[in-house]
Amino acid sequence: MSKPIVATASLAGCFGCHMSILDIDERILPLIDLVEFNKSPIDDIKEFTKTCDIGIIEGGCCNSENVHVLKEFRKHCKILISLGECAIMGGLPALRNGIPIGECLKEAYLEGPTVKNNVHKILPNDSELPMLLDRVYPCHEIVKIDYFLPGCPPRADLIWDALVALITGKEMKLPYEVIKFD
Amino acid sequence: MSEKIAFTIDGVTCKGEKGQFLVDAARDNGIYIPTLCNIPGVNPKSCCRICTVYVNGLPMTACSLQVFDGMEIINDTPALIEQRKIILEALFVEGNHYCPFCEKSGNCMLQALAYRFGMLAPRFPYTFPVREVDASHPKIIKDQNRCILCKRCIKAIKDEKGRSIFAYHRRGNKLRVHIDPKLALALTDELAQKAMDVCPVGSILVREKGYRVPIGQRTYDKMPIGSDIEVKK
Repeated sequence: MSKPIVATASLAGCFGCHMSILDIDERILPLIDLVEFNKSPIDDIKEFTKTCDIGIIEGGCCNSENVHVLKEFRKHCKILISLGECAIMGGLPALRNGIPIGECLKEAYLEGPTVKNNVHKILPNDSELPMLLDRVYPCHEIVKIDYFLPGCPPRADLIWDALVALITGKEMKLPYEVIKFD
Repeated sequence: MSEKIAFTIDGVTCKGEKGQFLVDAARDNGIYIPTLCNIPGVNPKSCCRICTVYVNGLPMTACSLQVFDGMEIINDTPALIEQRKIILEALFVEGNHYCPFCEKSGNCMLQALAYRFGMLAPRFPYTFPVREVDASHPKIIKDQNRCILCKRCIKAIKDEKGRSIFAYHRRGNKLRVHIDPKLALALTDELAQKAMDVCPVGSILVREKGYRVPIGQRTYDKMPIGSDIEVKK
């Protein structure tokens, strides 16, 4: 049997969940024996080259590019996992959800106390730049998500056990300590 | 001397005293019925409905129900657990509950119940309501984003004359728990701490007291909520 293929992405997140994936320490060696990585920041493959078995999403959706990547993942992955609080509920980026988008941009680019060099008072509007969404959306409000692994970041043991359980088909026996929202 | 009675919870025979509230009677028998808005020693108000059990076939709130002889209670069924999960998920999406940076995380009853009932992601869409943080008082901060309107602070926190420091303000989805600014000025350190402790979530915070207990040593870090009751079994 060929190895299961895993893809990962970081959307509106801080990359902490990917750090937590690496936090499995020396188990990274058996992980490489267990799975093959496709599109992922870990191996720097930018585009999907084949259909993947497991897609791991970190971070919520704050702009059009995030939505595009997430939909690509849903298209190319048989199982999609929301990893961490940002993917599950928006997390820290979602703090802007109560503020109108115009005010956010104004504060960031025109009126913020650290804005010094924007003499022409330009808001970023290049067509190459992804459009900001009206608010930050959790991934499962954009596409169907199959599994959720909470935590900020999710404990390395949780990621490891969930991945191994998913690949080997065995039941997860998780201690209480590893499922936490913080 | 109160009258001794017997009743069953999930088929297990339990003993209690007539007039005792069901949550207390169950606790004495080593059975955990989850509660959120209930505080021991204060009149129950059964507003969160998390303690709903089936009594002789009817759904009732265990915090306000007094036990009687021959009662048959169902507490632990997949359907009831699902109902409790639904309440928790609704509470999570109704406010802005950011566990990663909340001062109460690890000591929060709402979070602990979500852990216990295995909530991973709520089934309802997040509402992200716009709510204010009232930091105008000298001793405490009231973060309305996290308030679940459980009334615990209103019922339990009174000054020496018996006046409530917290009160309901407005109605419907505009309902908030507000602080009386004059009474808050006279708030003692002990009472401020009690208010923070009585709040099941991180809505009432004592100033300059956040994050005192490191991760791993907080109330619900090692054991699920209610396990201290169940060890008595």
